[in-house]
Amino acid sequence: MSTKSATSLGGVLKNSEMSFRDKAEIIKQKMQRFLFGFNDRTGFLLKFTIYLLLLCIGFVYLYPILYMFVTSMQSLSDLLDMAINWIPSSLYLDNYRQAYTVLNVRPALLGSIQIALFPTLIQVAISSIVGYGFARFEFPLKKLWFGLMIFSFIIPPQILMMPTYRLFSELGLTGSLSAFTIPALLGQGLNSTIFILIFYQFFKQTPKSLYEAAEVDGANQLVSFFKIAIPMAIPAFIVAFLFSFVWYWNETYLTTLYLTSSSTDITTILLQLQQFETNYQALYPATEASPNRINEGIKMAGTVISILPLLIIYFFLQRYFVESVDNTGITGE
Amino acid sequence: MKIKRETIYGYLFILPWLIGFLGLVLYPMIQSFYYSMNDMRITPSGLQFVYAGFNNYLNVWLQDMFFIQELLAFAVDTFIRVPVIVVFALIIAMLLNQEIKFKGLFRTIFFLPVIVASGPVINQLVDQGATAIPMLDQDIIMGVLNSIFPSFFAGVISDLFNQIITILWYSGVQILLFLASLQKIDPNLYEAAKIDGGSNWECFWKITLPTIKPLILINLVYTLVSLANSGQNPIIELIYSNMFNATRGYGFASAMAWMYAVIIGIMLIIIYFVFKEKEPKRYR
Repeated sequence: MSTKSATSLGGVLKNSEMSFRDKAEIIKQKMQRFLFGFNDRTGFLLKFTIYLLLLCIGFVYLYPILYMFVTSMQSLSDLLDMAINWIPSSLYLDNYRQAYTVLNVRPALLGSIQIALFPTLIQVAISSIVGYGFARFEFPLKKLWFGLMIFSFIIPPQILMMPTYRLFSELGLTGSLSAFTIPALLGQGLNSTIFILIFYQFFKQTPKSLYEAAEVDGANQLVSFFKIAIPMAIPAFIVAFLFSFVWYWNETYLTTLYLTSSSTDITTILLQLQQFETNYQALYPATEASPNRINEGIKMAGTVISILPLLIIYFFLQRYFVESVDNTGITGE
Repeated sequence: MKIKRETIYGYLFILPWLIGFLGLVLYPMIQSFYYSMNDMRITPSGLQFVYAGFNNYLNVWLQDMFFIQELLAFAVDTFIRVPVIVVFALIIAMLLNQEIKFKGLFRTIFFLPVIVASGPVINQLVDQGATAIPMLDQDIIMGVLNSIFPSFFAGVISDLFNQIITILWYSGVQILLFLASLQKIDPNLYEAAKIDGGSNWECFWKITLPTIKPLILINLVYTLVSLANSGQNPIIELIYSNMFNATRGYGFASAMAWMYAVIIGIMLIIIYFVFKEKEPKRYR
């Protein structure tokens, strides 16, 4: 846009038939349009502010991650060298090789994916069904159940931990994946309430006349749930999936409680990361001859490995945000 | 008596949750309430109960000197943080929803806090002091603020400045929720409004805000609860330390947690009534 306005601006300036005042007026207008925009086109100033804001805040988020990433690429001598801050002297991947073995990546990754993926899929499906029930139908005691659901969310989970654990072990849920899948199946997974609330609000926004029209055409409740409600709430499904996946992935307290206290071979990346230092010393014992000491670089490499899968998943899922804009054909609601 | 079809469908759809609630949550909740009515000790031989009635609840208010103090601090803190987080998240979500270059990259960057804030990394960041603004000189800001505002207010604002990065880190979920909800708005609506001569400002108030208002409520709830129940909250730490305290014990901690939950519940109800969706008017 700037080049275009520059050429036409030159044309205006060369035009000798116009008076100086007209020229000034045109230039002023052009500058105004360039800076503040007109009609649909956003002005340069606005655009500049948007990018500046996004970059500044993005930098805040990015900085620690970048720092982590860069540190994980540095060898011990680079770490100790005060002159090297951001750019490692050479591409050093040894940290990753060590972190990979220390983290026990293959079984841990498998465990993490198991623990994150299955409960997440179940949780998203069940939350959407329950949210639909709350949003679409009026039934007695609805307010009571809704209130209890929210109250069960705000009561500090720490205090329910012990009785819940005792109940779960009596039911025989602990020590296997069902400690996560069964609660998810019954709408009581990790932060289930917030997912039910999200679906509740999304389904509530769907115009009632759509359902009514479908029912007139002979659709039963299941059909209108699958054919109308779900397609209208795709963004909700994506966010719910993402949050649930991340939260299960990052969960260490419950996994320690339910899995490690009883003998199972399921382990997750995050659990491995917690025991990183002890595992490292067991694998690479420090001897006189080879000073195998854990350093920041190796730890950071471990952390990077633990968050990398989440970033990859997000990068591929976020594009569906845009493609799910719905055109209902019903307006004025 | 004939049961209405809608009732049946409604209960059918919420059935999984209902079973889960009655089977997996209600019992621990009742148990923990029972604990709170007792003087309870965890001994090697098992759990010991001495019935105490509502004494624990009284003691939470009368004997614990930190509880009320921390509660007040938390209330003030929440009162500031929750609106700031939600408004900030809304602004960022709207910026990200625009036609910008490198959309995918930006969106990935703004997803980072979701990953980091719930993971082990955030503790490292807090430990290293990466959540404070390094380049701003606190004393100068404090001096300027003190000269403009009364001292209580200045304290609040400078507190906010100190926490701003922490606030940024805790608003990832909210940003994404808003983004998802903004996706639902039909772009044709904006186009129609523009043709009718609506400005961006008007579009925001008349189209964007009404559509995402329900999500604002959810974000407020989520923000409040996640702030209230995060491990860094002093009240949660207080409950924790009382749990394994020799003189106080688990019963006392349970009573405190219940009191705390009730107070959060009251705060939620206040938020709900402020932001309640008004019954939509139908023009027919």
